[in-house]
Amino acid sequence: MKNRTPMRELDPRERIKGFSEVALGYSAEEALLEASRCLDCKRAPCVTGCPVGINIPKFIKGIWEGRLKDASDTIYEANYLPGICGRVCPQETQCEAKCVRGIKGEPVAIGRLERFVSDNWRQEIRKAPIDKEKVAVIGSGPAGLSCAAELAQKGYAVHIFEALHAAGGVLTYGIPEFRLPQGVVDSEIETLTRLGIAIHYNTVIGRTKKLQDLFNEGFQAVFIGTGAGLPKFLGIPGENLNGVLSANEFLTRINLMKAYLPEYDTPLRKMHRVVVVGGGNVAMDAARSALRLGVEEVTLVYRRGREEMPARREEVEHAEEEGIRFMLLTNPVRILGDSERNVTGIECVRMELGEPDASGRRRPVEKSGSNFEITCDCVIIAIGNNPNPLLTSSMPDLKTNEKGCIAVDENLQTSVLGVYAGGDIVTGAATVILAMGAGKKAAREIDRYLRSRHAL
Amino acid sequence: MYKIVRKKELNSAVTLMEVEAPEIAKACKPGQFVILRVDSTGERFPLTIADSDPEKGTVTVIFQVVGRSTRKLNALEEGDAILDFAGPLGRPSKLDGLKRVCLVVGGVGSAAGYPLAKELRRLGTKVDTVAGFRTKELVILEDEYKKVSDLYLLTDDGSAGKKGIVTDRLKKLLENNAYDLVIAVGPLVMMRAVAEMCKEFNQKAVVSMNPIMIDGTGMCGGCRVTVNGEIKFACVDGPEFDAAGVDFDEALQRAKMYRKEEREEDCKLL
Repeated sequence: MKNRTPMRELDPRERIKGFSEVALGYSAEEALLEASRCLDCKRAPCVTGCPVGINIPKFIKGIWEGRLKDASDTIYEANYLPGICGRVCPQETQCEAKCVRGIKGEPVAIGRLERFVSDNWRQEIRKAPIDKEKVAVIGSGPAGLSCAAELAQKGYAVHIFEALHAAGGVLTYGIPEFRLPQGVVDSEIETLTRLGIAIHYNTVIGRTKKLQDLFNEGFQAVFIGTGAGLPKFLGIPGENLNGVLSANEFLTRINLMKAYLPEYDTPLRKMHRVVVVGGGNVAMDAARSALRLGVEEVTLVYRRGREEMPARREEVEHAEEEGIRFMLLTNPVRILGDSERNVTGIECVRMELGEPDASGRRRPVEKSGSNFEITCDCVIIAIGNNPNPLLTSSMPDLKTNEKGCIAVDENLQTSVLGVYAGGDIVTGAATVILAMGAGKKAAREIDRYLRSRHAL
Repeated sequence: MYKIVRKKELNSAVTLMEVEAPEIAKACKPGQFVILRVDSTGERFPLTIADSDPEKGTVTVIFQVVGRSTRKLNALEEGDAILDFAGPLGRPSKLDGLKRVCLVVGGVGSAAGYPLAKELRRLGTKVDTVAGFRTKELVILEDEYKKVSDLYLLTDDGSAGKKGIVTDRLKKLLENNAYDLVIAVGPLVMMRAVAEMCKEFNQKAVVSMNPIMIDGTGMCGGCRVTVNGEIKFACVDGPEFDAAGVDFDEALQRAKMYRKEEREEDCKLL
């Protein structure tokens, strides 16, 4: 019982031939076996590790006692997106990091069990009567969705405004099918619409409408969850050559626009040798997606070492199994092109780790004279995003911090009364579950704010 | 869904569509664009707003059939609907406080330039429009431009207006007049030529860039343009940029990004 029940996965040689989900989920027997490992601790430290506060021992007990409906009800009390969270939350640093089983062995596989419940029980949604004010939610990513769900549960008339033609934000345009199937995202969003939430597509707040227009239309409060915005580039020569893409663009072409399927019109450049720059989850997603397009070789270039990679360990392992070539302690210097400005290679320099920097990670320092070239015809830049100025620039009263992120107080309230914000637009690029936690918290604060107005 | 209330073929390659989009019609300003997707397998692509009617709740786009997506759009008829139509995107043109402007437009770019001329006229600015087309059959918006500006019409073969190219005419105008601003909207090669000429005359000029983009809200970074050595995103920083600062060689190559993948016949600039 020291070790967790393994989850079956598609064979690496098979899975790189397509975009099918890699992790196959637990069978009923496997789930039961894993659920039996839970000690049902009285103090339940795991719950304190969960940003949305799911009653973890209670739902696991439900699985163990064969009461899937109760398990599902317990999860839905705290979280409306369990199929998504069970797959993409970094449980190893959250709930599972606090699991008592983890002291002398492996922690209970809480995320896998959450996914098991979500995949095997269709939750019945009791639509709460809508008897409260209109609240606008800007952005339908993880922060916006969780905020909307919480508000709808409390009886508010929730309208989500989405700039793209599809809902889900990064869950839809960013995270690939093999890690988070679109069917799971769509079905969880459908659950939310059954709560009575309206989604308005193709509506760019800041352009189609201003924030102020929403108040004029009778919305009493607004939540901003517009996410991390503009992709960062390296600032090195050759970055605008044809064949250099941001990870956002590459993943959007594949996930949102389905460019790899012949019946879709969005083009993808033919590529043979791909270099991905970055060491986070997005870099792994981009590298593994490129591999699935049938390219000859995918190399991941990261300026620090393996320990410093911000990607989840599981993602790094999956990428390695699939044959991504890792070039760590390597930093791009310039991107090389031919006379027609198509990418032909990338010049890199070797790095070594020096003293810790502001982030606490050891600062990479160039080894002079160690420059070398990698031949490639595509470079994907996955080094993060800057906040999107589109909405904030249309609302001068909305204060931002020095990084351009929306400034909020401890209750997620912005400098404008009745306007709350959460997720990447506040924190800079972070995780799905942190964004969901923020959305949920903001919903409670919006509820408190609107109720306090009645008291006046 | 966004209903097409009027469709008019302006010539064999260029079509006008008036589309029901009340929120966009109310919000849009000259210089802005929409991103549309014709159907569920379609790509997202930008089109500049050529006109709008806030009372009627409609937005007009004028496009040239150059590839699969514009052909799909052109296959729709009055009464049909476009699946997705988002906007207005991009920053509006800065047109306040200008006494005299020279607008240089070419081909289907004249559709994107028209709302600028109209707005400038409304603001009381004197506008000279230099409009170039390949041949008479391809001339569009002649009457519209005449109503709001002094029009200098040119064709490559002399079949309409005077024979010649826009920069020849622009040169004469720059020699004899003082403009607060030159605005160029059209094919990249034309805009580059205008930018170079304005540099010679030390004339302030802006160009309206129309690169490949997906979301139009700054998220994909596909629309990057180098301006004065800095990377800019046309969708959120533009589409208008200082003409003298734009790296046109790069923009021309970037416009060919998917040339190989698009089995369609190459875009013929009118």
